[in-house]
Amino acid sequence: MTTMSTARIPPASSPCIARKPKASSNTGKLPRVYVKPGWLRKDLMGSNLRFSEFRSAKLPCSPLTVSAIASASELVKERIETKSELLVTREEGLELYEDMILGRSFEDMCAQMYYRGKMFGFVHLYNGQEAVSTGFIKMLKAHDSVCSTYRDHVHALSKGVPARAVMSELFGKTTGCCRGQGGSMHMFSKEHGVLGGFAFIGEGIPVALGAAFSSKYKQEVLKDEKANAVTVAFFGDGTCNNGQFFESLNMAALWKLPIIFVVENNLWAIGMSHIRATSVPDIWEKGPAFGMPGVHVDGMDVLKVREVAKEAVARARRGDGPTLVECETYRFRGHSLADPDELRNPAEKAHYAARDPIVSLKKYLIENNLANESDLKSIEKKIDEIIEEAVEFADASPLPQRGQLLENVFADPKGFGIGPDGRYRCEDPGFTAGTAQV
Amino acid sequence: MWGALRQKSGLTTLVSSLKHGQVLERFAPMASTPLRQLSTAAKEMTVRDALNSAIDEEMSADPKVFLMGEEVGEYQGAYKISKGLLQKFGPDRVLDTPITEAGFTGIGVGAAFYGLRPIVEFMTFNFAMQAIDQIINSAAKTYYMSAGQISVPIVFRGPNGAAAGVGAQHSQCYAAWYGSCPGLKVLTPYSAEDSRGLMKAAIRDPDPVIFLENELLYGESFPVSAECLDPSFCLPIGKAKIEREGKDVTITAFSKMVGYALQAAQELEKEGISAEVINLRSIRPLDRATINASVRKTSRLVTVEEGFPQHGIGAEICTSVVEESFEYLDAPVERITGADIPMPYAANLERLAVPQVEDIIRASKRACYRAVPMSAVA
Repeated sequence: MTTMSTARIPPASSPCIARKPKASSNTGKLPRVYVKPGWLRKDLMGSNLRFSEFRSAKLPCSPLTVSAIASASELVKERIETKSELLVTREEGLELYEDMILGRSFEDMCAQMYYRGKMFGFVHLYNGQEAVSTGFIKMLKAHDSVCSTYRDHVHALSKGVPARAVMSELFGKTTGCCRGQGGSMHMFSKEHGVLGGFAFIGEGIPVALGAAFSSKYKQEVLKDEKANAVTVAFFGDGTCNNGQFFESLNMAALWKLPIIFVVENNLWAIGMSHIRATSVPDIWEKGPAFGMPGVHVDGMDVLKVREVAKEAVARARRGDGPTLVECETYRFRGHSLADPDELRNPAEKAHYAARDPIVSLKKYLIENNLANESDLKSIEKKIDEIIEEAVEFADASPLPQRGQLLENVFADPKGFGIGPDGRYRCEDPGFTAGTAQV
Repeated sequence: MWGALRQKSGLTTLVSSLKHGQVLERFAPMASTPLRQLSTAAKEMTVRDALNSAIDEEMSADPKVFLMGEEVGEYQGAYKISKGLLQKFGPDRVLDTPITEAGFTGIGVGAAFYGLRPIVEFMTFNFAMQAIDQIINSAAKTYYMSAGQISVPIVFRGPNGAAAGVGAQHSQCYAAWYGSCPGLKVLTPYSAEDSRGLMKAAIRDPDPVIFLENELLYGESFPVSAECLDPSFCLPIGKAKIEREGKDVTITAFSKMVGYALQAAQELEKEGISAEVINLRSIRPLDRATINASVRKTSRLVTVEEGFPQHGIGAEICTSVVEESFEYLDAPVERITGADIPMPYAANLERLAVPQVEDIIRASKRACYRAVPMSAVA
């Protein structure tokens, strides 16, 4: 093996960068997209890296059928015909566009605010991965849940948490979605079904599994027909080497829980390349090993992600169990705002920058006459205003009061830190603001 | 306050030596009265049955309560605590899990986020170290991180502390570890009444509760009152119990050490030292009020625990007393703890590594300025 420290980018002349089959129609419409497991990854990684045996050294462009994916063939079928059928309606398309623009603008504003000192600590930005968040979360219903990692701002926004609440939380103000007590990495919203926000990788997956479990329990034991919520767990490529990931895959398949495991494989865990860290880099392949379908999808294309999401969510809601979806995506910025991002190859960054999901969707909408430039411009303007307003709101919001410090440790704090007179044990009797919900 | 006492040594089976006594919670008879049997102290119950009945009743009362852990179902419980529950409630509510502590603990936490009330059993709390990330970071801290939006009504239970000859990796006491973590409530029952009342309180509590049992106590029988057998019986979390009233020295203990402390108190009585024994019941929140009130009465303190000495429960109690009742102390505070070593296997070494009744007696005498030999007898 030669060095595996960076993923190899195929030369620009290689036709295999294209992720769609050669367009046979020349109507100007893009051919029907389809999800092709695996062959993208091969091109990306170059030929001197170890691969599963069935992925032989054929012409890189020949479509390869993967035996493991065949077991999940009811989930994703290879669409060989290029029917000129649109994947989204105008409304849906605009909704997707707006959500991705919201995510991108918000994260850009976060970077600005961080460098101005308004935000502090650890901030992990989602630029470049919007297609995954939008593609999945916009297929969910309001009562479904989302569980994320520290890169959770955009998941919270897509799920419906208002931008001003997220921005305030990042500023550490009391009007934040967690009253300033969570921070960038711990976005919780009971109302919108956002379960956080976990700093430890792999930690959120079993918790997401618990949410899925509660859905199944409510249906089967508590006989609540309406409890058909599904859970989507987002996590990265680094997490897929962690024990909790495998434990969760096992139990999800064993108990057929309504969960979708979404791997946002952006190839890098801080500075550790996925290829250097993983014996078998194809994460989607690990699904069938545990008895669930594993799918690989181009995570830079929101429409493809949406197609996969549609099937996976329907599968979970039907009661057919979990799905593992590996989204090949990329983060345009470093791991966090403190990361100098020196290890990644500029050619790799450029390659993915050219596949910006927002630009791709914009192109699709315009080319298919679903929207015109001015529609999209007005969306961008609207989002800009929302973000500006969110910043102003966060700026103007008060910091948490002193009395908030000891609150919300327990749901039932009686007996804890309470003196015989029934008040919090502290020198200052007015210490608690009494604003906690007890 | 007299509880029923059991003698036990090493690997021998339990030998009962029942002492009669009242079983009222709050009041104690005069310490030196002859043994009296009152009509309330009729039935006896093992700790195992107490736990089983408590879980059974809570699961019957609330369909959101479910039990999950290794071997809780078909095996009837690794220590038979969940005997009969699978047959009664079915596999949907009594779940046998694979050996994946981190995974199933996280599942419990996630289910608790959504209003279910899981009881997660760890075969011993030593195994819970594999899941401690989920316990601390997901369960304990979530209510705070979400500013009150998401509470976690979960109970983590299992045997804690030393058993008999199980070696270093199966014998650690985790009371101090969990007791230092905000967001958790940590309970340590001793008798059957404690077990029943505190388990019910834990299951009904909206916060994460660590329920530290003791394997060697499972088979011990204690008298239980009719009040205790009532399905709505509950003990308050955060309140210690004065097992035996006294006026010369305060001995605090929890879990199995309460039995040892009571035995020591009996021995001390013969030498004219009247010891007050406090059964802590709750490590977090610690009932500092009761402990300090007792020390202000007796002016001497001996803390007893089975765990490691550094940063242990005794350290916290001693500091609390020094901070709040310093002027009342007539003698330096005494800590009896397990030895500062991983638990050895050999039976005689193991006996040396955990507190014995003689250690408590010696410490109490030291606190009372009686001359005592300093070293233990092997």
